[in-house]
Amino acid sequence: MSEHSEHIVPASLYWLIFIILIIATFLTAWIATIDLGKFNTVVALFIATCKASLVVLIFMHVKYTSEKMTKAILISAVFWLLLLLMLSLTDYSSRQTEDNKTTGEVVPVHILSGSVANT
Amino acid sequence: MSDSHAIGETPLAVEHEARPELRHHFADEQQQRNAASLGMWWFLGTEIMFFGGMFCAYLVYRRIYFPEFAAASRSLDLIVGTLNTAVLICSSLTVAMAVRAAQMGKRKLQVQLLLATIFFGLVFLGVKGYEWSNKYKEHHIPTFHYNVVGGNGDLIKENSAFLGIDKVKNDPVKLAAREAEIQKHTQIFYSLYFALTGMHAIHMIIGVGIFSVITWMAWKGRFTPEYHTPLEIAGLYWHFVDIVWIYLFPLLYLIDRRPGA
Amino acid sequence: MATTAVLPERKNYINAEHGIRSWLFTTDHKRIALLYLLSITAFFFIGGFFALLVRLELLTPAGDLLLPDTYNKAFTMHGQVMVFFFLIPSIPAVLGNFLIPIMIGAKDLAFPRINLLSWYIYIAAGLLYLHCIFTGGVDTGWTFYTPYSSLFSNSRVIEAGLAIFISGFSSILTGLNFVVTVHRMRAPGMTWSRLPLFVWAHYATSIIMLLGTPVIAITLVLVVLERALNLGIFDASRGGDPVLFQHLFWFYSHPAVYIMILPSMGIVSEIVTCFSRKRVFGYNFVAMSSIAIAVIGFLVWAHHMFVAGISLYAALVFSFLSYLVAVPSAIKVFNWTATMYKGSISFSTPMLYALGFIGLFTIGGLTGLFLACLGVDVHVHDTYFVIAHFHYVMVGGAVLGYLGGMHFWWPKISGRMYPEGWGRVSAIIIFIGFNLTFFPQFVLGYMGMPRRYWDYSHMPEWQGLNVLSTAGASILAVGYLLPMVYFLWSLRYGKIADDNPWLATGLEWRTPSPPPTFNFDETPVVTWEAYEYDKMPLPEEVTLER
Repeated sequence: MSEHSEHIVPASLYWLIFIILIIATFLTAWIATIDLGKFNTVVALFIATCKASLVVLIFMHVKYTSEKMTKAILISAVFWLLLLLMLSLTDYSSRQTEDNKTTGEVVPVHILSGSVANT
Repeated sequence: MSDSHAIGETPLAVEHEARPELRHHFADEQQQRNAASLGMWWFLGTEIMFFGGMFCAYLVYRRIYFPEFAAASRSLDLIVGTLNTAVLICSSLTVAMAVRAAQMGKRKLQVQLLLATIFFGLVFLGVKGYEWSNKYKEHHIPTFHYNVVGGNGDLIKENSAFLGIDKVKNDPVKLAAREAEIQKHTQIFYSLYFALTGMHAIHMIIGVGIFSVITWMAWKGRFTPEYHTPLEIAGLYWHFVDIVWIYLFPLLYLIDRRPGA
Repeated sequence: MATTAVLPERKNYINAEHGIRSWLFTTDHKRIALLYLLSITAFFFIGGFFALLVRLELLTPAGDLLLPDTYNKAFTMHGQVMVFFFLIPSIPAVLGNFLIPIMIGAKDLAFPRINLLSWYIYIAAGLLYLHCIFTGGVDTGWTFYTPYSSLFSNSRVIEAGLAIFISGFSSILTGLNFVVTVHRMRAPGMTWSRLPLFVWAHYATSIIMLLGTPVIAITLVLVVLERALNLGIFDASRGGDPVLFQHLFWFYSHPAVYIMILPSMGIVSEIVTCFSRKRVFGYNFVAMSSIAIAVIGFLVWAHHMFVAGISLYAALVFSFLSYLVAVPSAIKVFNWTATMYKGSISFSTPMLYALGFIGLFTIGGLTGLFLACLGVDVHVHDTYFVIAHFHYVMVGGAVLGYLGGMHFWWPKISGRMYPEGWGRVSAIIIFIGFNLTFFPQFVLGYMGMPRRYWDYSHMPEWQGLNVLSTAGASILAVGYLLPMVYFLWSLRYGKIADDNPWLATGLEWRTPSPPPTFNFDETPVVTWEAYEYDKMPLPEEVTLER
């Protein structure tokens, strides 16, 4: 980021990225109305990540920086967030929910006896 | 100033010695600029974790209350949300162009683009305000006469199969129980919706404030091709706030938009 | 701070400018360090006062000194003040602020004004918390567990939560400053592998501050919102999950304990090398272990939640990861021990603290492994065993390291020597008092005495150990007060310190005591490795007389 001041991104590239971002926005809204089953979420997040990457790489100049730290910080922060999400999910995804699927009620498993705790 | 970069709260030392002079503890301008840039990137890293905590809460509840979350999500106006996202993307374009104008020493263009950025930001906030007032009218604001069963903000009728209402329609006890649950679980969605978009809006407002100062500095000619660090790092902040919205939009508005589920 | 006519006329950071405004608007990292020193010491007294209330109540089995709600407030505010307003800022904001720029050969931190802002944010947070104390206090336990904190407590939860939220920003800004400083401000020749381990420790600490603190910030915001607006995100009766709060809370608060211990470990590395007159054994391992502790420390948080209702599968995962985190800590202990082996050891005051640290931290760390074992934890969770464990690491570890560091660098900070005899006596008093206070608590906890209980009259046989513990606390208090007295005394009457009274390595010992405002007359160019004690003269006696 810091040594980029010598590198000036052409305006045409900014416009191009802008158009792609706009198209991607309408695309993601439209795709959400199509039934892809479980993949709706995946596709939506994938498009969001593509958009975010374009903003980071081009608008925020990460593509043009020789600063390794910038990329390291980004990757670390995202990785850390994923840690929070994934490790929390080890709890939530392994709790018993068989009994009440329609209501989605959460029933924690007691670690001593493995039985369903009284709610 | 290079080392009083945007941090989300108004800095205590509000005096802006905006002359690009080298501060005493830096060996040269390059080091000063590198430090400012690294500082802002690290700050953005902390912001990722800050929003991340709320994303975690959202993720957990979305998994266990998916039908209710989907139903509540559908009550958000898809077209308005999409257009608002586009508005924010426009503002990212203008701020990137503004930095470019500074790199090329074009003072007037800088100021115009910065004003455009602020304009788009304010439009975004205005539209958000409009959306929130709609939520108020539909009784979707938690604890303020919240109600999603019947009335203005009814979520049941359009989503009855999805929410499992059809299964319990004929049993008044179970129906009441299910409706009570839907009230509770959708309220969690809206709580998180307002927390997330509210926190995002706070960051936007702070961004508009920062950019007002930056625009004033640009107007005064403080930015040159050699020195425009405050503009650069303010731009980074703005892009980040845009990226948060890029994720919020699908997560909040697009949970399940398949017609007639 | 005092300036006296007896200090050399040489200009230093203390006498460079006069007047309260020059202190309150300073951007000199050394002055800001002193501002922090005063503030955190004040909070230490406040936290200590609450501890006094707790220990006095526990002298008798019956709850006869305080009302139960008051007792809850006492242990809550003891914990919150000590953790958030003393331990977390202490070493980084005082010694880190003071030393890091000097140790790397820089004139100041990367962002001096943000440094000052960080102190003001801390003060604002502290004042808000004080207001909370004086308008009723908070009784949720330092951990703010929902739904009690969010829905049922009648105490000043919002205020306390906001105060801690604000203090988090102080932490984040300090961490930000340190990381950018270490990356960008090192003097020529000061490569990463020549950095003092104190700097490595603070770098790792700063990473934790940056990546962890925002999560507790947002968590407290959610609790405040829940409480203020009666939302229900953490209320089970409305579909919320109280355990979610715990996940988010501990995601920060576990790494927070590493924020508290890592800087202390950095100090121990500096002291042990100096008073063994030896290079550190395994520099790379010690440096990398700091980073490893920071990283692995983020993977273990749910070990605080084994009996909270998380799934058995998650508990197993976190138990396993918790065993892993002990490895880098153990590496450090082995390396310090190996450093001392065949060294020329002198038992100066800082060394006494460092040795105390190594022993007490080992005990604290090992008992942490007891707790990481699921079966044991079910038995001792929420008992005094846990309390003893964390006081061993936080007091026996972090506080002892902090005191050792204050003694070690006192000559540099103040230009005066503290009285060595009194220093050693206080260190020993603290060691004895500390063990007397907290070792009985291991036993009590194992016997089943629950924590946070105001009354234990159902088990009056626990009284003996409780009395022992309170007695130990009074000895500990004396041990804490003595340094405060003689440090102040030394400002006027202490022997004038040389630039390098300990004949230590490190750039900070190549500047005058106290240093000038910009630390160095010329930017140093570093051509030597860290800890080259083999090239230093062997002093006849490294420590001062008396």
